[in-house]
Order: sequence, then structure tokens, then C-alpha cells
Amino acid sequence: MTSALADGWTMTGRYLRHVVREPEQIILYFSLPIMFVLVFGYVFGSGMAVGGDSYREFLLPGVFVMTQLYGLGATATAISLDINRGVVDRFRSMPTARSALMVGRSAADLVRALIEMAVLLVCGLLVGWQANRGLAPALAAIGLILLLRLALTWVGMYLGSVVPNPDTVSLIVFPLAFPLTALSNVFVAPEQMPAWLGAISQWNPISATVAAARELFGNPGLGGDAWPAEHAVLLAVAWPVALIVIFAPLAVRRYRMLGR
Amino acid sequence: MTDTAIVAEGLRKTYKGVAALDGFRLNVPAGTVCGLLGPNGAGKTTAVRILATLLSFDAGRVVVAGADVAREPRLVRERIALTGQYSAVDGSLSGRQNLVLFGRLHHLGRRAARARADELLEQFDLTGAADRSASEYSGGMQRRLDLAASLIRAPRVLFLDEPTTGLDPRSRNQVWDTVRKLVADGTTVLLTTQYLDEADQLADRISVVDTGRVVAEGTPDELKAEIGADRLEVVVRDADRLVDTAALLSRVAGAEADTDPDTRRLRVPVTDRVDALVETARALRDAGIAVDDLGIRRPTLDEAFLRLTGHAAAALAPLSPEETR
Repeated sequence: MTSALADGWTMTGRYLRHVVREPEQIILYFSLPIMFVLVFGYVFGSGMAVGGDSYREFLLPGVFVMTQLYGLGATATAISLDINRGVVDRFRSMPTARSALMVGRSAADLVRALIEMAVLLVCGLLVGWQANRGLAPALAAIGLILLLRLALTWVGMYLGSVVPNPDTVSLIVFPLAFPLTALSNVFVAPEQMPAWLGAISQWNPISATVAAARELFGNPGLGGDAWPAEHAVLLAVAWPVALIVIFAPLAVRRYRMLGR
Repeated sequence: MTDTAIVAEGLRKTYKGVAALDGFRLNVPAGTVCGLLGPNGAGKTTAVRILATLLSFDAGRVVVAGADVAREPRLVRERIALTGQYSAVDGSLSGRQNLVLFGRLHHLGRRAARARADELLEQFDLTGAADRSASEYSGGMQRRLDLAASLIRAPRVLFLDEPTTGLDPRSRNQVWDTVRKLVADGTTVLLTTQYLDEADQLADRISVVDTGRVVAEGTPDELKAEIGADRLEVVVRDADRLVDTAALLSRVAGAEADTDPDTRRLRVPVTDRVDALVETARALRDAGIAVDDLGIRRPTLDEAFLRLTGHAAAALAPLSPEETR
């Protein structure tokens, strides 16, 4: 057990070293959310209003969550590369704990998510966003965003172990992630959508975390009196837990299947 | 230490109803090199993956380095190392970081892992490139790093799955030298290859694998001897004399001669090498037939393989690895 933890930690260090050795990827990675803040916040923001409040303050929690969603691509690609390049075979032929790869990747993703959140929060504060309800609710909001990231990491690890070619992973992730953000409350409040679209948007797991974050940060766009909007924090816990319960066993099973 | 490093008996592995291995057996004495030779899809890689605990199997018994693969896989993993067909290193990390990582995952302490990494970098002539990303390495350097990663904890049994596929001749020779040194130090090596000359060069014994089982086994010389006689070869200068020469050879050797008109080459099996050569030379001179080449040829492993499996040798890769980088 202790050696399993040690192996997992070694693997975490490995994935974090990738970040240090390829800083250009991180810069590329941040360009999307920062572009969204600037384009939506300033270009469309002047033409959009959410109940008279600042659109930028509405938008930022959505961008925080969306960034975590796109992080899934890096996770899936890394796992797919490890399997296809034979690195996983090497690990599996060594006396290393079999859990190390996935445990290590999850921990490394959480550390990455913390770094990403720090950068995004600073960006947000620079464009006029703020947390209006104080430190404790703000930390709770960040905690919920990280919980979603953990769930998405498991989805990513599953995808990475299913898709046979690392190059196709990024091709699959975008069409998967884009509708999830478009049909959510990230950019547009669900009550401004047609009723059926609004319902889809409100039940979207991405929306749950965004709505909960808005509530805890004290940002506008609380989403009216629909059930999912009223219970945003509950859903922001339930959705990620459900995703983990589904995808963690699936990912572990795929990993075991490598030996069949 | 046991005298037998690898024992496999009645090994069976089925994928979706198709048998990849069927009654596969292998016996490799400790401290020797065993070559698994066979065409693509013969089951070589499946066999190695099972022996290296990467793949489950349906029936049979496998003992590697004194431990049962099915019952004590962890023990097996402490005693073996595997170098696969592709360089299984982390391209984003430097060569040194890779070796330290694998050392740590072998449960070496931080300092011990660093020290071992430095030793291996030195040994594999990678010290100068130690801090560059492995993805920037040439094919030969990556393969050396890969091999170094397999040797972090001197393994008792080393599996090399087509270790020189895609390497240039110089890198291939380096890999061969490394393997010879390891064996001199007592490591047992199981090598799969499609290259006949590689098996001929490195292996003490060769197992020829075809359609999931070992169809022949022996030293390279035994396998060559198994196809029998040496051959006398003549290349005539003038294609018009092919028919005369064939008749002449048949008379001298007492067997039918093969004729290849394109290369003007004739072959006939002979038993007494020197007599046959002398008599043929004399008969050719008497008949006034000019020749470009005349000699005795030992059978090649290509021919051995053809004879043993009934496949054309074309099912195998070309004799020498091509240069790809």
C-alpha cells in the first residue's frame, strides 16, 4: 500500500515535469480562456447584459469551468500516448503498482488545475471580476470547480484508453466539449434560451458547477426558479460524483483489458 | 539460481476464437541467448508478452526466472526487463529524467536512482545528451536509452522484442554488442527477430515459430544442417551453355541441378565437397565452358526457414535491417 502511494506520487512528479519541460503548451492552453474573456467580455459584452449586471462578471465563472473541461483533452492525449508508445507496457512489466499511472495522473491534473485557477483568477480580477461574498464561499466555489476537474480527469483517462490513436484524441475532444459549453449557462443564461434548450442547458453538468460558482462568488446570473438553478450546489456535487462512479471503473477496466 | 531461465509448456492463447499460440513450448537455459524467429503474426510477440507478465493466457505453464508467471507475476517482474518494438520512453522527459523515473518506479531511493541513471548514461554513451528531451534523440539513441531503462536493476531475464527493427547498421551493432556483454555477465536473453542474420549472430539456440507454435529448435548450425547437404554453385558466362552445364553437373553430383536462367546460375546438392568441386572444375574445363563463379555454398537460415515452415522466405523481412533514419 505504501509503495502504491509512493509509485503514484512518482508518477505525479512525472506528469508535472511535462508541464515544466513544455511551458509553450501551457501558454497555448491559456490562450483559449483568455481569448474568451477578452472577446466575449469586451466585444459581445457591451451588447449583452444579464439583468443589468456586468456581462464580464457573469462570464468569468463560466470561463473558469470551461477551462477545466478542455483540460480533459490533455489528460486523454497523455494516457493514449503512454499506451501507444509502449510506456505503459514498460510500467506493467516492472514491480510498479498498477494503480500508479491513473492515481498519478489524477493528482497531477489537480495540481495543474490549481495553477490554471490561479492564473484565471488573476486574469478575472484584472478585467473587473470579483468574488462578492467573501473568502470562504469563494474557496468553496474553487473546490467545486476542482471536483469537476477530478471527474473530467477520469473521463479523459477513459477516453485516452479507448481511442486507439493519440492523434485522434484531440479531434474527438473538441466536438465533445464544444456542445457541452455551448448548450450550457457559460455564455448565455438558460432563461434567455427557448424553453426546451434552456432545460437542457440547466441540467448540463457544466452548468451545475457554473451556477454553483456564480452563487458562491456572488456573481450575477442565478438562473431563475427552476429546480436545477435552486439546487446548483447540490448538483455541482452530485454530477461530478456520478461521473467518477461511472468513468473510474470503466477506465480501470480498460487498463486491465490491456492484459487480456 | 535455477539452471533453466524460461520454461513454457503447452502454452495456449486465443483472441476472439483465433489461436495466437497453440501448444507453444520453450526451454531456455540460464545465461544463454534464445532467438525466436518467425514471420509477422507467427506469435512471437504474443509469447514474449505472456512471458513478461503483460498478457494472460488460456492454458499451459510458464516459469520465468524461477517464478510462476500466473501465480507470482510480481516476483517475475522484479527479475525481468522488457524492451519492446518501440522505444518505451517518455519523449517529453530528458534521458536522465527517464532513467531516474524508471529507477524510482523500481523502488530505488532518490539518490540511488540518480546514481544509477548517471552510470547507465555513461555506459550507453548518452552522457552528452542526458538533459535533452528523449523525443529529440535519434532512433539509435532512443533505442539505447530504452535498453538502458531495462537494465536499471540488472535483470535475470531480458526480453528483447525485435530490438533492432528500424535501426541503422551502426546502432544495430551497438545493440548487439550490449546484448553480448549482458550475456557474458550471466543475463539470459530471449530475443525475437525477423532478421535471420540477427538470430544467427546472437542466438545460442533458435526456436522457429510459425502459426503459434515452435516448429523447429536447435543451434543455428543444427538448423542449417537439418536441411541437409551443401550445394555446389556455378555461374556460367554464356547463357547458351546452361543446358550443357546442367547435364554436366547432374552427371558429376548424381543429382538434378536447379537452373536459374536470369542469373545464369546452377545449383546442385553435393555430399563430398572437395571431390565435387575438383571434378566439376575439371569437367567444365574439358567441356570448354567459361564460368564467372564456382563454389560450395552452405545452406542459409533463409533456406532453413523455407524448408521448416513451407513459407517462402519472402514472408520474412529482408536480410539486413534497412536504414530508416
